[in-house]
Amino acid sequence: MLATLVVVFVLASFVGVEIISKVPQTLHTPLMSGTNAISGITVVGALVVAGMVDSPVAQWLGFVALVLAMINVVGGFLVTDRMLQMFRREKRPAVADPAAAPGSTGGGRL
Amino acid sequence: MKATLITYAYLLAAALFIIGIKRMNSPATARRGNQVAAVGMLIAILATLVSQRILSPGMIVGGLVIGTALGWLLASRIQMTQMPEMVAALNGLGGGASVLVAWAEVARYTSAQAEGLAGAGFARHGLEPLNATTVVTILLSVLIGAVTFSGSFVAFGKLNGRISGNPISFPGMRLLSALLALATVAAVAYPLLMLRDSAYHAEHLSLATAVIAATGLLLGVLLVIPIGGADMPVVVSLLNSYSGLAAAATGFVLENYALIVSGALVGASGIILSKIMCEAMNRSLLNVLIGGFGGGTAEAGPKSAAGLSVRTIAPDDAAVLLSYADNVVVVPGYGLAVAQAQHAIRELADLLAARGANVRYAIHPVAGRMPGHMNVLLAEANVPYERLLEMDEINEDFSRTDVVLVIGANDVVNPAARTDTASPIYGMPILNVDHARSVIVLKRSMAAGYSGVENELFYHPRTQMLFGDAKKTIERLVAEVKAL
Repeated sequence: MLATLVVVFVLASFVGVEIISKVPQTLHTPLMSGTNAISGITVVGALVVAGMVDSPVAQWLGFVALVLAMINVVGGFLVTDRMLQMFRREKRPAVADPAAAPGSTGGGRL
Repeated sequence: MKATLITYAYLLAAALFIIGIKRMNSPATARRGNQVAAVGMLIAILATLVSQRILSPGMIVGGLVIGTALGWLLASRIQMTQMPEMVAALNGLGGGASVLVAWAEVARYTSAQAEGLAGAGFARHGLEPLNATTVVTILLSVLIGAVTFSGSFVAFGKLNGRISGNPISFPGMRLLSALLALATVAAVAYPLLMLRDSAYHAEHLSLATAVIAATGLLLGVLLVIPIGGADMPVVVSLLNSYSGLAAAATGFVLENYALIVSGALVGASGIILSKIMCEAMNRSLLNVLIGGFGGGTAEAGPKSAAGLSVRTIAPDDAAVLLSYADNVVVVPGYGLAVAQAQHAIRELADLLAARGANVRYAIHPVAGRMPGHMNVLLAEANVPYERLLEMDEINEDFSRTDVVLVIGANDVVNPAARTDTASPIYGMPILNVDHARSVIVLKRSMAAGYSGVENELFYHPRTQMLFGDAKKTIERLVAEVKAL
């Protein structure tokens, strides 16, 4: 079992390196809060142990873990969404607000 | 059968995490990517709820509801300037959850052992007899989780100013760290040695867990306090990585693929971001972690600046200079975030654009207190992301730029990094603002930057200093440009 788990871990790490290297700098903060929400997957572990009535201690520890992991998950995904909805493209001049008139029509890069 | 089904559900969740992160490769698809990942999480949670015999629904529902409400509250209240703190705190919570889950496993072994000798209790609760793998994975999960938890909250304190941003150290700190590390190793070895005879010994594992939770918490504090405020981008990235590794370690404890895959992804993410941050400062990760860099103001008497004087510029003159420029580049730094000046600068940029200028923003990788911090602030102020350029994209263009407006940035524009081999920041990649036709540096005072190094840009013949609070000064510039 352990060997299989190690295999999965190592391969997943390679996938992680591969896809994360392609994220542009401008999105690094949302990337971080988004991956942070993903690390809240511990919530699954918390659910498993919080559901065990055989040990009240385990159950309470699981309960607290569940609350912490849920804050991590919900807070992480929501705040990432809040940030990402602010990233917008350049408005085209015809529909742009008056302030963004002639000069900005160049559309960015020189 | 049921076990197979849940494994597939976890596989689906992990696949959605990967697709979600992949979509973050462009601002246009990133939001959808985050939503895809969130759906993956929902699937993982639902599959777990369905597959487990939930014998205490009240507790489960209560935990889910409380956590969701608090998370939602946090995410909707937080200001964009506080994002680094938010991420640090969330990292810490993730680490804390890992510690507690591993500890709960230990509690199961303890109570199972109390019920029946020779493993009868274990069998009744579906627990395997304790073996070396279980012991090591549980303790590793506790250790990484505890370091992440306390380290993140120290970083949180440093970021919001409750703890001094200066590097903190005391005599014997290294020795203390070494002793704690030794104690941790001993605490792992102890239950392993005890496993040799035939009894089950959950009590030894329990003791080791408590010891490692304590040493882990202390090590986390000692890891972060010697690191100065401006190195926080590295620390936050690294703790992000740890929070992933903590989840993966918990996955090894519970033999759960979802935790292992997600943990590995996040672990990789944090490592890559830490590496990018270190490269952007031309320092090794070890050098950052050893700490003690910066925070020094002792070198305020500059050798290089001797005999040189700075030129200051009044807001009305600066407004004239800016309003007749064709190409303007804004270089934001942490000072912009502190002064909350992102909306004011956007207003100024709009006015200049209306007068025909091409206004762009040059973002150094370590500007701000976390990777991408400036981009989020400027996005909040409605600056389109095409206008935010990375260092390599804009550095060639400075020689064709009429006016560079440096706002609250210092070390990242210091030409000494290119030329002065004796400087502590020598070799750090910088924004070549000194190549521009003229430079306006907006700054509160002549104080040195984080590195404690005098900035020769300020004494450059084409540089003019505009002193004052970033936000108020930019608002003043806005008024002056409007009046022209």
